[in-house]
Amino acid sequence: MLAKIYVTLKKGVLDPQGKAVQHSLESIGYKEAEDVRIGKFIEVKLSDMPKPEAEKKVKEMCEKMLANMVIENYRFEIE
Amino acid sequence: MKFGIVVFPGSNYDHDCYHMVKHVLGQEAGYIWHKDKEIKGFDCLILPGGFSYGDYLRTGAIAKFSPVMNSVREFAERGGLVIGICNGFQILVESGLLPGALMRNKDLKFICENRYIRVESNDAPFTRLYKKGEVVRMPIAHADGNYFADDETLKMIQDNGQIIFRYCDADGNITGDANPNGSLLNIAGICNEKRNVLGMMPHPERCSEEILGNTDGKRVFESVLSSF
Repeated sequence: MLAKIYVTLKKGVLDPQGKAVQHSLESIGYKEAEDVRIGKFIEVKLSDMPKPEAEKKVKEMCEKMLANMVIENYRFEIE
Repeated sequence: MKFGIVVFPGSNYDHDCYHMVKHVLGQEAGYIWHKDKEIKGFDCLILPGGFSYGDYLRTGAIAKFSPVMNSVREFAERGGLVIGICNGFQILVESGLLPGALMRNKDLKFICENRYIRVESNDAPFTRLYKKGEVVRMPIAHADGNYFADDETLKMIQDNGQIIFRYCDADGNITGDANPNGSLLNIAGICNEKRNVLGMMPHPERCSEEILGNTDGKRVFESVLSSF
């Protein structure tokens, strides 16, 4: 099983890196790139288990370690 | 008084802290390896600066699960004095021993320079020998010192007087220009509600001796000593 986890900054948390990339996109001609937010994509290979259990485990992993809940949100898919 | 300096893989100010408390203050000091589960006989713990676990994932994110951190948490809960400097501060916020988070600096750069900071509160064991409102100069050396907390937390730490240091100009004014990293309210250091855990981005251990040209940081350690 594979968990695909997306960690993103919460709304309202400034993302200077995203801002710099947005400016750069604009400067090379992509005026339509209005806003850029940069996050993390994490893949966790899991041993086989029932999907609800895997979801519970991945949620725990995210909240304990993979995301900092003060500044970040997470979502994931399990395949 | 015996100071314990917690060493994580990637800590690099551990020896500076040891030197400071052992040779400058003349106190007992010992290193505590991050895999040690028990810590005994120490009166104050220092989590030093550096790059624990290479800052992988987020600064402090992996160090917070080092075996020693359970003991650090118990020590703090019993009222023991804990100082986190730079990466140590990052580990303390990740562990939830201090509120908020430390994010990448606003300009995305690693900053290594002397900065003015204002002592916002001397009602803590770490700053009692400073005057409230006193302006001191200390070096900072970090890429992730941009303090963030949600509005509710920010209000709480303000109401409780938990903000200990703020970046300011030479005259003590809290301005945007004096803020090196984008920290909310120019925050450079905070304590917990019980006031026995301090986290600060500036490095007092690097400005505690005449030979280094600046002794402004020495009173952080002397304050701890005088509180003991």
